[in-house]
Amino acid sequence: MDMLYFEDFPVGMVAEYGDVEVNALRIKAFAEQFDPQPFHLDERAAQETMAGGLIASGWHTVVMLHRMNYEGFLKRMASQGGLGVEEIRWTKPVRPGDRLRAKYTVAAARPSKSRPELGIVDFAFEVFNQKDEVVMTETLIALLKRRPKDAP
Amino acid sequence: MSLFFDDLKVGTEAVLGERTFTREAIIAFAILYDPQPFHLSDEAGRASIYGSLIASGWHTASVCMRLIVEHRERERAAATARGEKLPKIGVSPGVRDLRWPVAVRPGDRIVYSYRIERLTETKRPQWGLVTSRTWGVNQDGVEVFSMTGGALWEKLPG
Repeated sequence: MDMLYFEDFPVGMVAEYGDVEVNALRIKAFAEQFDPQPFHLDERAAQETMAGGLIASGWHTVVMLHRMNYEGFLKRMASQGGLGVEEIRWTKPVRPGDRLRAKYTVAAARPSKSRPELGIVDFAFEVFNQKDEVVMTETLIALLKRRPKDAP
Repeated sequence: MSLFFDDLKVGTEAVLGERTFTREAIIAFAILYDPQPFHLSDEAGRASIYGSLIASGWHTASVCMRLIVEHRERERAAATARGEKLPKIGVSPGVRDLRWPVAVRPGDRIVYSYRIERLTETKRPQWGLVTSRTWGVNQDGVEVFSMTGGALWEKLPG
């Protein structure tokens, strides 16, 4: 399995991958630990809120995206973590039974000024549901290794 | 005074709470949600540019969300005790400028705080948008996390 380095993510590159099925048990398990608001915890209580029914925490959708990223490319990538996120937008509710898939576009790529062995890539992610609606967008600033001279 | 949008003030600042990131919690989060090697084991952490196991940035952010909810619940309980009506809780349209300037390592104790930055109208007449800066500082006083997030907030009825 070849490693993916900074040079493998040129500006404009697009990839689509996934998918993951959303279920109520996982929505509630994430929410109980990290986002215990009524519309993430309980179907009946959620009916009474602006969400109109159980919805996933936005942070749960973020980690569902990153789990898809891991299977899709991250486990092969010489990732050195993230520096930050320009923006995350939760554009549609994510509900039990939804099937999510992901897409990235490389928005920018530059070598690190302070660490010549590293590069910085801005990934613009989109997450779609089964109706092809965008439910979330995220722009992540990722740090990864540049291809070593002796790499294949 | 109330917790409704109309009575919120730009510049209001508070400590949300604190959390110690144990090795067990860091690894448990990583297994479920962010299985990159330097979040999963001491060995892989040592081999990375960080030199030790580090918490997933999503773990740092998710704990922040938890402490935001706990802080709101304490404020709502206090308002209920004063006999006030409570605003409905809205959802968040998104966050901006999320940064992880310094890694969070096993045993780090992070204190999270927030400040209300902007109060703006929305297309929904009963809901305003509260924009807050939230940040986390470790036991050495170094900022390890920050973001600017929005939440829809109910206005006083009528």
